Amino acid sequence: MSAELISSFKPDLLQTAEHELCPGCGHSPAWRVVLDVIAELELKPVLLAGHGCYTQLMTNSDLDSLQCLHGRAPAAATGVKRMLPDTPVITLQGDGDMVSEGLHEVLHAAARGERITSLLLNNGVFGDTGGHMTATTVVGQRTKTSLEGRDPELHGTPIDVSRLLAQIDGAAYVARGAVNSPGMVARTKRMVRRALELQMAGAGFTFVEVLTMCPTGWFVGTAQGPEYLEESMMATFGIGELKAPAES
Amino acid sequence: MILTRGTVRVDVESCKGCDLCIPACPPAVLTMTTDRFNQRGYRYPELSAGCTGCNACSQVCPDFVFEVWKYDPPIELPAGLVDGSAWFRTVATFREDTH
Repeated sequence: MSAELISSFKPDLLQTAEHELCPGCGHSPAWRVVLDVIAELELKPVLLAGHGCYTQLMTNSDLDSLQCLHGRAPAAATGVKRMLPDTPVITLQGDGDMVSEGLHEVLHAAARGERITSLLLNNGVFGDTGGHMTATTVVGQRTKTSLEGRDPELHGTPIDVSRLLAQIDGAAYVARGAVNSPGMVARTKRMVRRALELQMAGAGFTFVEVLTMCPTGWFVGTAQGPEYLEESMMATFGIGELKAPAES
Repeated sequence: MILTRGTVRVDVESCKGCDLCIPACPPAVLTMTTDRFNQRGYRYPELSAGCTGCNACSQVCPDFVFEVWKYDPPIELPAGLVDGSAWFRTVATFREDTH
């Protein structure tokens, strides 16, 4: 009898498995997807990240990386890509960073057709700074600053950034996945892989939004996180490829 | 006896007891402890016979707790917990190997 290793504890590109993220956090499964795809494609990317809980995963990863001002990762990535056009360039932002604090940056990067891949880890709260409401918090969702649930009369409605980006000509690929089940993780991995392959083929701006669990910020138990994500965020935003070139 | 195609090693001390692996496991062979805890006070998963090595637990785990193996050929195991399913009981042993 022999045994074959199917999956190591952590991705090879992650230097340590230790992190301070809360129990049940969806950011680390999402980041595992990204690191696995980078390794499978044998890429040596430059990573531009914003500010959020995910930042500690970035700093633990064996990648050339730079932390940017809030929301500005796509602008910094533009400079890197233009100086190093053959290098894969990835931005990593949360919904607070990208959608609440710097939405124009990602829209303009898409409009310019920058050949970068932007990743949005969307959990609907500013987790890193205490769990208050962001621009993607869905209607009815409780946060530290919407304890009775997001009220459209008082707080407005969430911004669907993927749908915004899909309307922009410079965006070649826009998709939304999630990490609330093994099946969704596998689907999201295919999206990230396609986005990076298209970037390397020079297709234009590529974007993958990943819906992630934040049970701490949502006031739900860790075991209820995946179901809550499905009933709230997934029901509001939907899952799938919003824009993709025809398969060659 | 239960046909078992794979196994997982569980890094008990890294687990934060979030339960995400339990519903993710297709053959339902992972169970959380109820009366035993790791050194940080969290419950952790244990493996019973019947694992398929499908990797689902590893894909959803936020804390990189699982190492997944597949047997070739599959083996037969008695029902119940797999012997030694909680592998890394001491932090020192685990860190010496991988950190």
